[in-house]
Amino acid sequence: MDKPQFVYVTYILTTPDKVWTALTDAEVTAKYWQRSNVSDWKVGSPWSHGFAGEAPDVVGEVLEADPPHRLVTSWSPASKANDPTRRSRVTYEIEQLGEKVRLTVTHTELTEEGLASISHGWPAVLSNLKTLLETGRTIPDPFGSEAKAPAR
Amino acid sequence: MDLVFKALADISRRRLLDSLHATPGQTLGALTEGQEMTRQAVSQHLALLEAANLVTTVRRGREKLHYLNPVPIHALQTRWIAKFERPRLDALAALKAKLEGDDDG
Repeated sequence: MDKPQFVYVTYILTTPDKVWTALTDAEVTAKYWQRSNVSDWKVGSPWSHGFAGEAPDVVGEVLEADPPHRLVTSWSPASKANDPTRRSRVTYEIEQLGEKVRLTVTHTELTEEGLASISHGWPAVLSNLKTLLETGRTIPDPFGSEAKAPAR
Repeated sequence: MDLVFKALADISRRRLLDSLHATPGQTLGALTEGQEMTRQAVSQHLALLEAANLVTTVRRGREKLHYLNPVPIHALQTRWIAKFERPRLDALAALKAKLEGDDDG
């Protein structure tokens, strides 16, 4: 495994199943991530990330899927889908720790360009996911005026 | 949240976070090189940062790599900073409504 460039961890008072659903259900992802994650989440299947009804911003493949514990996906900007140098890899690990869930997101194989666009987005996505699962609400404008969503 | 504030309330720990921000994935040895502290002091500070979830570690072979985890800082920002900006924005909106005469008063 390459050395990860980013490792993000959040602890959420919820269950692994709910975290898995929140990462893989198109409607739930739209609530806290603005864009939807769409796939059948079987190994080898394509997945996409984008606004509902619009062309996706991010596309990739499901590399590993072990619900509700581990999900590994490849990520490419939709416009660079066939350029292997722009392909990165995101791993989600979901661990039950007592009444909490530890969600670890690891992003590897990012290029400098990918790095610049992604590093602001993940903390907002993960804290909004935590808020949604713990309170049922989301933060308005989670990415603020300066931060960007990872997809851009 | 208490742990996050406590962890941030120390210049040595903030310097360690700065170092991890600049170079993610450092070992304890690499982190110690850049600091005017003993390896043991750095290790203790890292333990506190890890307890606050500001630092997370990944094992790679025999190495333990340290990463800055910005998620709690983001939570702190939305909960404690954005929240306090809100009344000011509301006050401006009320002032605008009053000056433009579009309220009932």
